[in-house]
Amino acid sequence: MLQPMGIAAPVPLDRDVARRRRGQFLRRLIRRPLTLFGAIIVLLFVLLAIFGPALAPHDPTEIFYSAGVTPPSPPSAAFPLGTDSTGRDVLSRVLAGARISLTVGVVAVAIATFFGALLGLLSGYFGGWTDQIIMRLMDVMLAFPDILLAIVIITVLGVGLTNVMIAVGIAAVPAYTRIVRAAVLAVREQDYVEAARAFGAPHWRIIFSHILRNVLTPIIVLVTLSIGLAILTAAGLSFVGLGAQPPTPEWGDMLNDAQGYLQSAWWTAVFPGVAIMIVVVGLNLLGDGLGDLLDPTTR
Amino acid sequence: MLFGVSLVTFIMIHLVPGDPVTTLMGTSVNGAAGLQQARHELGLDLPLPVQYFRYVGNALHGDLGTSIRSGRPVLSEIGDRLPATLALTLAAMVVAIVLGVGIGTLAAATRSRLLAGSVMLLSILGISLPTFWLGLLLIDAFALNLRWFPVLGDATLHTLILPAITLGLPAAAVLARVTRAGLVEVLRLDYIRTARAKGLRRSRVVLRHALRNGLIVVLTIAGLQFGGLLAGSIIVESVFSRPGLGSLVVNAILGSDYPVIQGVVLIFAVIYVVINAALDILYGIVNPLIRVA
Repeated sequence: MLQPMGIAAPVPLDRDVARRRRGQFLRRLIRRPLTLFGAIIVLLFVLLAIFGPALAPHDPTEIFYSAGVTPPSPPSAAFPLGTDSTGRDVLSRVLAGARISLTVGVVAVAIATFFGALLGLLSGYFGGWTDQIIMRLMDVMLAFPDILLAIVIITVLGVGLTNVMIAVGIAAVPAYTRIVRAAVLAVREQDYVEAARAFGAPHWRIIFSHILRNVLTPIIVLVTLSIGLAILTAAGLSFVGLGAQPPTPEWGDMLNDAQGYLQSAWWTAVFPGVAIMIVVVGLNLLGDGLGDLLDPTTR
Repeated sequence: MLFGVSLVTFIMIHLVPGDPVTTLMGTSVNGAAGLQQARHELGLDLPLPVQYFRYVGNALHGDLGTSIRSGRPVLSEIGDRLPATLALTLAAMVVAIVLGVGIGTLAAATRSRLLAGSVMLLSILGISLPTFWLGLLLIDAFALNLRWFPVLGDATLHTLILPAITLGLPAAAVLARVTRAGLVEVLRLDYIRTARAKGLRRSRVVLRHALRNGLIVVLTIAGLQFGGLLAGSIIVESVFSRPGLGSLVVNAILGSDYPVIQGVVLIFAVIYVVINAALDILYGIVNPLIRVA
């Protein structure tokens, strides 16, 4: 970002700066093969979530049952990944599951980010008793290991995929609050914040336009890493029967169904698991490298 | 802290719409009078603050209430299941530490770029694997195909191995990475060079001098992992059909058995808080520098 500014140098337009920054970002991304690999997986995953159901050869909940053939049937031309124990097409279900998993991950993390960032900003900016109350509350929530907190919330809300998203989201709030608060504490005393305050800017403007902008990097990294975690946790909850209910084509629930057919129908247990793993690996690789890519000090 | 935890669980669980007595008995049994009677026996007709203080008072005496479903005291329900869950969590911790610290140390000590890269890649894979899927694959490979282990079964050491590996592998991945990073830092320090200059063997320097100082970070991360392992046991127990706290709480949720949910959650939180306190003491033993604080 720093460059010699001669007197004659034209003042760059915002648009040019943005384009150059994007160029830099992409160039740096290409130099990190693992991060790039993660980014490609995530991109494919998003595309699959959008177009997957349209690409699916069959309806993911349609039951194929013909005389003489008892499901689950092995991979064949009609069913490339075979059918599950009730005779539904595994490929179509895995494809449809991409949209569900992405939704779960994004909704859960959106909830966590919204409340966590808000509480963290308030806590870090105002300090004092606001900080005390918020952080003590977070301490109590942190006394529950994450899945357990989600389970408590599911108890209240009831079993189901929507409630799992909310539960996983709320369970992640304390972690967000802590990290955002720490980042706010680091920038709160910076000169530009002091300057804004001296100009008489109201609290909300200082918080949302000066401080928020400068704590975005840790938030973005956390978001990428926790979408993967949210997908894993939600799939786990569906696997034990607290989340998606059959016949929803959800990867965790599909694995629950596959449990009884490990020997007779490996394909029902392998593909949904591979799908979860690839997606989460992609998100983790991307999140891992994103911190370095977005941090201006490592340029 | 535990007070807060008990209050939070209590409040949340009583926010649940619907009444456990109605769920349990249906409306047919003895009509409204019978329901009222049942509610009174369970103490569910008292004001909520009174119910809470009764609950905490009883909990301090070791009475966590009675399961609405089975009619047995919650504490003995938990007592029956707790050993299986603790055994699984601790065994997973052992797997995580042995594998994680072992691989991490190896990668740091050999200074091989290939090994370092593989540790990094494996650790990403490790935290990305859904444990329940890993469990299914292990059952398929080692119990069903190779028949080295029983698929399901009672609480012998033999049946603990596969679940412990399933639960411990992701934690091992994290520990391997942290151990390597910590050791690489430490191995750059002067006293390591001194030890090497004295003519000590490299393996001895790594194991006796460096590892001891890298242990702090490892211990911290291992402590943080413990809560995750405890919670993760809920799901791993389900894969291996182990009769632990996990299956108890899942069934309690599906059957709205509030006293049991409350009890299990409280026990989990107690263990978690106690372990964290114990770790704080352990840091002092491992690192004399922070003993003052």
